Amino acid sequence: MRLLTHNMLSSNIKGVEKGFPLRIEAEKVVEKPVEMNADFLRKMFEKVEWKAFLEASRSMGYAQLPEEVDSGMLESDEFLSRFHHALLELHLEEGALVCPETGRRFPVNKGIPNMLLHEDEV
Amino acid sequence: MWYLCVFYHRLLDYRKPEVESLAHLFGAFEDEQNGDVPSQLQWKLPIHHHPDSPFHFVNLPSEQVARSIANRSILVKGMYELWGEGGSYEELKDSVLSYPDERKLPYLEAGSTFKITVDSFGKVMSLNEQKELIQGLAYIPFKGQVKLKNPDHNFWLIEIDNYGRNNGLPPIVQRRIFFGREVGGADRKLIPTYQLKSRTYLGPTAMDAEMAFLMANQALATSGKLIYDPFVGTGSILVGAAHFGALTMGADIDIRVVRDGRGPNCNVWSNFEQYGLPMPVGLLRADNNRPPWRSGLKEIFDAIICDPPYGVRAGGRKSGGRKLLKGAVEPYVVPEDKRTDHIPSTAPYSLVECVHDLLDLAAKMLAMRGRLVFFYPVLRDDDCAETHFPEHPCFKLISSSEQILSSRYSRVLLTMVKVGAYTKEIAEAARLKHLEFRENHVKWLQDGNLHSAVFSPIDAQLPEAGDSKFIKDPKPKYRGKYV
Repeated sequence: MRLLTHNMLSSNIKGVEKGFPLRIEAEKVVEKPVEMNADFLRKMFEKVEWKAFLEASRSMGYAQLPEEVDSGMLESDEFLSRFHHALLELHLEEGALVCPETGRRFPVNKGIPNMLLHEDEV
Repeated sequence: MWYLCVFYHRLLDYRKPEVESLAHLFGAFEDEQNGDVPSQLQWKLPIHHHPDSPFHFVNLPSEQVARSIANRSILVKGMYELWGEGGSYEELKDSVLSYPDERKLPYLEAGSTFKITVDSFGKVMSLNEQKELIQGLAYIPFKGQVKLKNPDHNFWLIEIDNYGRNNGLPPIVQRRIFFGREVGGADRKLIPTYQLKSRTYLGPTAMDAEMAFLMANQALATSGKLIYDPFVGTGSILVGAAHFGALTMGADIDIRVVRDGRGPNCNVWSNFEQYGLPMPVGLLRADNNRPPWRSGLKEIFDAIICDPPYGVRAGGRKSGGRKLLKGAVEPYVVPEDKRTDHIPSTAPYSLVECVHDLLDLAAKMLAMRGRLVFFYPVLRDDDCAETHFPEHPCFKLISSSEQILSSRYSRVLLTMVKVGAYTKEIAEAARLKHLEFRENHVKWLQDGNLHSAVFSPIDAQLPEAGDSKFIKDPKPKYRGKYV
């Protein structure tokens, strides 16, 4: 699971009001190089919740992202390549996503987050 | 400028919509953003031809656009600048001679290389016949050198005969001869490269390569776009989109399919690796009935393409459990110590609900002008003349292409464009509908059960005997087949 996916997901358990962001429990993080596409990054920058993204990158052991961002930074190649690395190249291979409200763990195995709910959660 | 567009004689319903979509992709409509109604190309038929004929004329803004469309398409055999046409070789000669010299001479110059190909539809010509026909073109002042491999200019002489019947077209089609300069043509090598029989990881409903490419073209897949398939399965639809450079994302409710596959080298990832394509940017296990996207996330996908489970070859599932949704039992409370490995039960997912969820998801998650491309099953013996496709206030249906699968049912590829924003009112209506589906789970499952309509014996369906419904056949067969 890449952080792009993480930034899109929330815990949708019945009754949970604030299921985002999911806390990352990282057991195994891998890096896989991906070709950079600046247009795509600029588009995604508009959609990403930065605070959650920053937090997530730190829990994956990457601390090169700035605290505060604005769209002017998209002109900088250095910022783009860091954003690219954190968004698309860091993978959570094994671990879990934890619901901030209930503490329910959504396991991540072989890079696939299992977001399916149990019977008593739907 | 008008171009001769020659199609492959297959998937007839899919041919023009593909060219229309690619025209959008390659910028044929510059003023597109202004109007609410997506622009359409102008088409013409050769004299006496039927819409099912492989020969069409299409008006395109430039040769560059025509070339890009033809080279990217799956069903365009070739796009040609027409130099002449006629019902006989004499007529063809007059027609070519009257075509302006300034259009012809630049391609006939000394120092260039060229090739003339003779092609025919519905008949075979011997090499000698072809040679004679080429020699008959001596009235065109070719100054260049003949080169059979990679010439600068490709000329085509294409003939369709008036066999009456049996040449694969309705009898109305009459003999016609075309001569033109090739501008571009489909790369049909793509399909053998990606064909399913060489694919490592297959599921029972894997989408065939040709159709997956057509879907990707309908979705305007290209570099820098994010394309989502909520019923990803083995990833066969996303492979087509990834080939055209799109970034892909997929979800499935069956974790064995998306996570495990058939081992470390036979899973969704390996299907992309096999062709050297970039891996999907995200794969997850999720229920389309209760998508896990955070609230506030919207308009992130450029296209959604999928083949929803409609219960004929594979049925859909959603969270909940059969008995639970019938109201027969209370929700099962999972004991704390069993939570990690618990496998939640699922219930059948009716097509109506599935399509409702899909449209709601797409309305919210697609960017404006984004495309939703999906298959929708249709029973062919329906008495109502007009089929009703799903509708949504945010979407405009721009094409529907039927592929007949059996005498009982066919599937229709629907392409919809998002033209309206996802408002609070639409979201609220969708929420109420979701609850309605939940409360009347059993009723919705029984209505529109396609499986029984497709597989039950004929007698059970037709008490008044006779197979009149199979006679009423809107689509013509060519050489005994639907194409």
